[in-house]
Amino acid sequence: MNFILGILISSIAVTIIVLIPLLGVGAWNLYTLFGIIIPYAAMATFFIGIVVKVIGWGRSPVPFRIPTTAGQQWSLPWIKPSPIDNPKTTMGVVVRMIFEVLTFRSLFRNTRLEYRRTEGGPKLDYEWEKWLWLAALVFHYCFLVIFLRHFRFFLEPVPGFVSLLESLDGFMQMGVLPIIGFGLPGVYLTDMLLMAALTYLFLRRIYIHQTRYISLPADYFPLFLLLALGTTGLLMRHFLRVDITAVKELAIGLFKFSPDPKILSGIGVLFYIHLFIVCVLIAYFPFSKLMHFAGIFLSPTRNLSNNSRFVRHVNPWNYPVKTHTYEEYEDEFREPMIEAGLPVEKGAESTGETEEAESGEKE
Amino acid sequence: MYDGGKIIAGLIIGIGLLLAPFFYNAGTAAKAPDPQLTPKAKEAKECVTTALYMKSSHFSLLDEWRHTAVRENERYFKSPNGKIYYKSLQLTCLDCHSNKSKFCDQCHNYLNVVPYCWDCHIAPEEKK
Repeated sequence: MNFILGILISSIAVTIIVLIPLLGVGAWNLYTLFGIIIPYAAMATFFIGIVVKVIGWGRSPVPFRIPTTAGQQWSLPWIKPSPIDNPKTTMGVVVRMIFEVLTFRSLFRNTRLEYRRTEGGPKLDYEWEKWLWLAALVFHYCFLVIFLRHFRFFLEPVPGFVSLLESLDGFMQMGVLPIIGFGLPGVYLTDMLLMAALTYLFLRRIYIHQTRYISLPADYFPLFLLLALGTTGLLMRHFLRVDITAVKELAIGLFKFSPDPKILSGIGVLFYIHLFIVCVLIAYFPFSKLMHFAGIFLSPTRNLSNNSRFVRHVNPWNYPVKTHTYEEYEDEFREPMIEAGLPVEKGAESTGETEEAESGEKE
Repeated sequence: MYDGGKIIAGLIIGIGLLLAPFFYNAGTAAKAPDPQLTPKAKEAKECVTTALYMKSSHFSLLDEWRHTAVRENERYFKSPNGKIYYKSLQLTCLDCHSNKSKFCDQCHNYLNVVPYCWDCHIAPEEKK
């Protein structure tokens, strides 16, 4: 698909997602729908979708070991094995998975293939390329921190780790704009880094022509959705504020399964846009590439130990193959074979004949 | 299921973590904040600007006051309805809102906001 078309489709989709609550709440006052019904529906879709998807993956057979072998296999005592990159034991797999999930080790290995023409002739180069890894890591950790910081709206009393994250994240004590009156509330580093990382990941996608060629609307859509989510969040914190006390009352009401419809109308429309984007994001989650969140743990190329050389793995869907071995053939046709003078392995009466037949066979 | 035990265990842990806010809130009786006005504040009827603005953005106003008073020596603030106020947290704001624990702290504690006003300013003494 043409990349301009892909970007266009995704951005139109995100624009519509922003416009739905803007009209629904701003013009038609559908507070209960956008404040209570849609969040519950989205959460149900998210949790049921994830469970169904993961169980579906769990039911798929993984008959053979297909780990990516990114290091020397365990073999002879004088060849140094790589226990993490080519794990032989479950322990090695666990360590490999921890590194993969927490530090994105396979992205870190990314190199850029470059084809150049030097004075001598064509030359292939594998260039150092860590920017994808860096932006992905920054994005994922910032998203985690921002998600956990939101727990100040979800939990009452607010647990200590949220306060710790907030103070570390906001330690610059810096305003959003260098203009008087914009010095408070302080900017969170993760907010800025998240937006920067998302923008980089988008630009990278269209700047590198190979990634641009393979990019689909399903790749642009989550990026745009997250950018819209971040933008509405930043707007709400720094420019167009809403009544966050009511927001917290609503959130806690939702978690206690007793939301109070009376507080809904006191919250600004920007909040409902932010909430609707979150709802779309989590409802879209189980059906999209965002499922790598659970899928990373179920990747057979990462979570299997490379033990095919010393453990037998039987394909579970092997059906019983109907065979007819030579022994069975001989049992069936022994008499006619002997009559015709053909050599047989086992004689009709004694073993002596068998030896004779075998020696005859050798001649 | 292949490796069913491990997958189900992981799934339960993952979903359990994501559902944590439901479990956490089920055990607590969350009560909404209830900021109280002092008799003096009630008598004044209005703050330096609209109550809506003060509720959502009082810190922006304080930030502005701090900069203009300290750096530009503009000591007076003209409210939208023409009244003149002296720009001072302790002398103007806290004059009416002298009940920090029943006014400021109500929402700040509810939403885990830790304003650094009191790093420098002295919080008003409250009668118990």
